[in-house]
Amino acid sequence: MIEFHLESRSGVSPYLQIVQQVRQAMRLGLLHDGDQLPTVKEVVAQLAINPNTVLKAYRELEHEGLASARPGVGTFITGSLAGESLAAHGPLRRALQTWIAKARRAGLDDESIEALFQSSFRSAADEEIA
Amino acid sequence: MSAVLSARRLGKRYGRKWALNECDLDIPSGHVVGLVGPNGAGKTTLIHLAVGLLTPSAGTIEVLGNKPSDSPAQLSRVGFVAQDTPTYARLSVADHLALGAHMNPGWDAEVARRRIEDLDLDPKQKAGTLSGGQRAQLALTLAVAKRPEFLILDEPVASLDPLARREFLQSLMEVVVEQGVSVVLSSHLVADLERVCDYLVVLVSSRVQLAGEVDELLASHHRLIGPRHDVDALPRDQHVIEESHTDRQSTLLVRSDGPILDPSWTVEQVDLEDLVLAYMGQAGLSTRRRRNPDGGKAVSQLDVVR
Repeated sequence: MIEFHLESRSGVSPYLQIVQQVRQAMRLGLLHDGDQLPTVKEVVAQLAINPNTVLKAYRELEHEGLASARPGVGTFITGSLAGESLAAHGPLRRALQTWIAKARRAGLDDESIEALFQSSFRSAADEEIA
Repeated sequence: MSAVLSARRLGKRYGRKWALNECDLDIPSGHVVGLVGPNGAGKTTLIHLAVGLLTPSAGTIEVLGNKPSDSPAQLSRVGFVAQDTPTYARLSVADHLALGAHMNPGWDAEVARRRIEDLDLDPKQKAGTLSGGQRAQLALTLAVAKRPEFLILDEPVASLDPLARREFLQSLMEVVVEQGVSVVLSSHLVADLERVCDYLVVLVSSRVQLAGEVDELLASHHRLIGPRHDVDALPRDQHVIEESHTDRQSTLLVRSDGPILDPSWTVEQVDLEDLVLAYMGQAGLSTRRRRNPDGGKAVSQLDVVR
């Protein structure tokens, strides 16, 4: 079982934070196929958030095929993100590390590196849509 | 979905002053509704009209499809926790439960007992010696154990410290899951309600400025930052809620159901607090405009309001 936490100043909506935390726990191997997610009541009692927020997050996970609801019992993890597990991406990680080292040598500070990554990420996403 | 509360041109007047004016609302069931506004905006007046403690001076209000009244049938369907969560100081916790059982036909003694146990309250303790947080929880227990369909709370967390506030909202959300009850709670602080509400009503200067589902409100409002723009030249479907300008830059908060296509804008999401403050600012502006019709353009006055 995992516990959720919310950052109120992150700009990411609470439901999406829950979705991301489940995905992250799956990638990190904390949640496996068949594991039960906290019940809606447990989550709202812990985080003091609206129950619909939790339901929306769980529906999103179901929609992605990562979880399924058993009526009267709870919501369970179905499937895995093994393909996306971080260990499987050694070459990509190394390429990124090389790139970061290059950026530092070019005199960029952390904030500029992050901004450059964000803007490239966004324009790549835009191109995919177009 | 049926409405838990609907109002048509609802108004309440004290002497010559309207505490609530021209209020139109349709709050669907199954929501936790945040009623937000500055002190004196009319929140308590609206709540007292909803529970039948006040009668309207104008218009109509229906709660769960009926006119609010003191009939036992209607009272048993609506739970009400008044401002500052009042209890009887000289009565014990157990006395409160006995009183609740005596006065409410649908009283669920098991719910009451379990809540008191979970809260670790001593049944023999006098309510006057409880902490503010415990008193609020006791008041909530009384309202919940009568198993209402609709729970109305007036500023329940205003006087609580941050921990007690969190604990109160946690247990309120638990009740929502367990009983599927619709809730309205008021606060002058958006931050208190941000996580618990999925429906928002903003009341400013005795009028409803904004009402709707939180998700929809957040999706339809954007902050636009860009080179100086003339707001009159914006597309028709973009309504400016708040604007400020320097000689080079314009920053707007707009409502728009469609996407923002003008590439010269940087579009940012707004959070609930920004949204509420913008509408409060707009309300302040429009009252001043009414008082001073030739007060010039709206531009840049907002900064004064804020």
